Amino acid sequence: MVAVYPGWGELSMVKVLAHSMDGLKRALDSDIFYSFTRSPVVVAAAIVAVVYISASLMAPWVAPHLVFDVKTLNLMDAFTPPAWYADGNMSFLLGTDDQGRDILSTILFGSRVSLLVGFASILLSMVIGVGLGLISGYVGGRVDSFIMRVADIQLAFPAILIALLFNGLARGFLPQGMHEEAALYVLVMAIGLARWVQFARTVRSSTMVEKNKEYVKAARVIGRHPAAIMIQHVLPNVSGPVLVIATISLAIAIILEATLSFLGVGVPATQPSLGTLIRIGNNYLLSGEWWMTLFPSAALIILVLSINLLGDWLRDALNPKLR
Amino acid sequence: MPGNSRSPLLEVKNLKIEFPTRRGTLVAVDDISLHIDAGEVLGVVGESGAGKSLTGMSIIGLLEPPGRIAAGQILLEGRRIDNLSYEMMRKIRGKDIGAIFQDPLTSLNPLFQVGDQLVETIRTHLDLTEAQARKRAIDLFKEVGIPSAEERIDHYPHQFSGGMRQRVVIALALCAEPRLIIADEPTTALDVSIQAQIIELLKRLCREHNNAVMLITHDMGVIAETADRVAVMYAGRIAEIGSAENVILRANHPYTHGLMNSIPAIGHDVEALVQIDGAMPRLTEIPSGCSFNPRCPQSFERCLAERPDLMPVGKSQVACWLFDHDQKEVAVGE
Amino acid sequence: MIAYIIRRIFQAAIVMLAVGLIAFSMFTFVGDPIASMVGQDSTNEQRELIAEKLGLNDPFYIQYAHYLGRMLRGQFGISYRLGVPVTELFKERLPATLELSAVAALFTLVFGIPLGVYTGLHREGWISRFILTISLVGISLPTFLIGILLIFLFGVILGLLPSFGRGEVVQIGFWSSGLFTMSGLKSLIMPSVTLGMFQMTLILRLVRAEMLEVLRTDYIKFARARGLTNRVVNFRHALKNTLVPVMTITGLQIGGLIAFAIITETVFQWPGMGLLFIQAINFVDIPVMSAYLMLVAFFFVLINLIVDLLYYVVDPRLRVERTVGEGSV
Repeated sequence: MVAVYPGWGELSMVKVLAHSMDGLKRALDSDIFYSFTRSPVVVAAAIVAVVYISASLMAPWVAPHLVFDVKTLNLMDAFTPPAWYADGNMSFLLGTDDQGRDILSTILFGSRVSLLVGFASILLSMVIGVGLGLISGYVGGRVDSFIMRVADIQLAFPAILIALLFNGLARGFLPQGMHEEAALYVLVMAIGLARWVQFARTVRSSTMVEKNKEYVKAARVIGRHPAAIMIQHVLPNVSGPVLVIATISLAIAIILEATLSFLGVGVPATQPSLGTLIRIGNNYLLSGEWWMTLFPSAALIILVLSINLLGDWLRDALNPKLR
Repeated sequence: MPGNSRSPLLEVKNLKIEFPTRRGTLVAVDDISLHIDAGEVLGVVGESGAGKSLTGMSIIGLLEPPGRIAAGQILLEGRRIDNLSYEMMRKIRGKDIGAIFQDPLTSLNPLFQVGDQLVETIRTHLDLTEAQARKRAIDLFKEVGIPSAEERIDHYPHQFSGGMRQRVVIALALCAEPRLIIADEPTTALDVSIQAQIIELLKRLCREHNNAVMLITHDMGVIAETADRVAVMYAGRIAEIGSAENVILRANHPYTHGLMNSIPAIGHDVEALVQIDGAMPRLTEIPSGCSFNPRCPQSFERCLAERPDLMPVGKSQVACWLFDHDQKEVAVGE
Repeated sequence: MIAYIIRRIFQAAIVMLAVGLIAFSMFTFVGDPIASMVGQDSTNEQRELIAEKLGLNDPFYIQYAHYLGRMLRGQFGISYRLGVPVTELFKERLPATLELSAVAALFTLVFGIPLGVYTGLHREGWISRFILTISLVGISLPTFLIGILLIFLFGVILGLLPSFGRGEVVQIGFWSSGLFTMSGLKSLIMPSVTLGMFQMTLILRLVRAEMLEVLRTDYIKFARARGLTNRVVNFRHALKNTLVPVMTITGLQIGGLIAFAIITETVFQWPGMGLLFIQAINFVDIPVMSAYLMLVAFFFVLINLIVDLLYYVVDPRLRVERTVGEGSV
């Protein structure tokens, strides 16, 4: 897809992508794959992550029960313990919750929601962060100072607080009826807003480095819009660090979403995520139906842990200083 | 000042330093031997990466892992020191062998006063009270030429200029009176005008305290001014070693030749700057035979096949087949 | 020195003003400021009176100034949900949160820093690897999950520690403290570990990373070259150089504990500010929300200021700004 703008020349999407892929390929050269295959923990983490993520994304087709179709639920099945217990049931491998829903399936569907919200909010963070970083680095001056001040102040506050505040404000603005519908969007925006700063900072420093290079000045002389070139060249250069930040941020976003849902201000009740499941299960923890809490908790831990391991390895591998 | 003719202060015998990497083991220093007599200055010269610093570091026992001494011996006054425990080596460091590094700015801990750093070094090696050590520190400052020594002793490193900082570093290295100092590029990070002063200082101190110095540098000018003997290193081996006068004025090895020729002489007009074609090979790509052969204007078949060891040529030692007297054909070159 | 202090205080003031602006906007535009002041059940007449008195017809900045004035005098308005002045609620709840945060901070520092130093010094040992793996798990676990799991293990299965609440508290003036009773102390254990765990692992990794960097510097190499003992090199030089830069971030983290308490208090039903805030969010209780925001900002800025001043004392490079003796060489 090629767009021609005055002063921008051909800003070809393909070219930008190609540059980025190049950068990515350079980053993922044999050195890194070597260290990857040498660490069994990381390989295991990667496999787990891939299997888990695929399974949950395909939950509607993979899960043993379609737990969110109310018609299929039977209250008589409620509180069934896991299958290996005497009064368990093989079709409910991990037991059921207070409404008769199969825990394994709720975990799969719940993970799906968690993942989708996580990805969406990271995407939002990236767009905001990279965008603001580019502007801040390129334009400089007052705009840059302002954006960085805001970033600094925001960094001062824990993400959870920012997400909560945004949530609360949104509720304040929206009429009562719309709360449920908008909850998902509000949630994604809340988390996305909480995490843009890291992206912005990295992109900003790279942009400032590139801005001073000769080819930018040359481009201005030719008449090409420097911003177009910056995008074509800066983006590939930051693809490595941005990838690392994205992986870490994904884990944090998932945790944030789980926390918000646990607190009751996250996903709507119709689309529970792992956090919601844990909250529901928590009500019955002290009365003995431990499986309702423990299995979703384990699922959350496994998911986040594998993403974190991958992110850790990626960061070590891409860090030139440690090589 | 060349020392006594008894056994040398420091001897390095067949030293080999390796780096195990996942691509295989790289040999950074390959079978070098040298010695330093008491009170003399041995210049070790060569391009970056030739193995000079590694040699110095291994002598003082600070070779960073995964680098390790794979073979050879290092002897201080006849005693082996390359196989000592960390604690035994620690006692030698600072007291018998001292070291000076390249960048005075990063050599000093920015959070401690320089006096503190001096006193703690002095008291580590000598049994003095705090007050005595402090007095000694002030005297050292005066000796290395730092004005207002009593005041400056309580200053922090960032309060000194570059040249002054290097003087502090020198004071630190000398405070326990080591007999040998490994100076790794001591003037490279300094302004040219200050370099001369520091070199002068080093020379004076060595004369007065009868220190031996292993002066590692890539700057031939510094060597010419300071060294008694010179060792020229290339790709982890010694190409030529002899008295400073001989090596500089009557270079034998083609590499040494190239080095000397590439120094532009002030006062002469030249049409083009002379340089040695090519670059020193990386550790993973060292040629077989004599490692200099791809760049050598006088190489012949033997150079590609066999690696020369040091052999006596006049009063120097040279590792070059050109000088093998048993050879039927000796390529005559200039 | 004075200039530095003044500069920092000035910056702190700016941050407070900025946050105040956000809180004020929330207060005025999202909520119903009149209701905030007189409660939601009030007659039209009362509302008119208050509107006049509050100067709601005044321009934005004048209202903002008044708002700040009220903040400084401790008048935060009246909670929508409970109909009680926010200040009362805060007074009641603050001790609980502060005690929890303080104990959690202690936990964080007492474990985080030494473990970080240890894993930095012994990079390869199996103990280090073990600690690092645990820390990775610590970062991966959401705080609420840590709380739940702890409750499950120590409360339900082992029955050793109470699963919720503060236990018995002793009233000292307006401060209610759980530190002086056995049940109070027992109740503090799980929540403070939960609250501090995330920060502890963060600080552990930070200290470790910084330590590794410092150990690779030239001045450490030179220190070894001078024959200083391992103990002196590691614990006199390396440690100091590690802790100084780490101080700022540590301060930031500790400052964030107050806000993180929200989660922990919810899990343990701890009657503190955090629980109050969550209830406020659910109810859209604006006065509580905006007052909470100001309070958190205040604590954060205060701690930051203290850390900055500490930094100034500890790092000599900040004190003498000129390099003496440029001329003489």
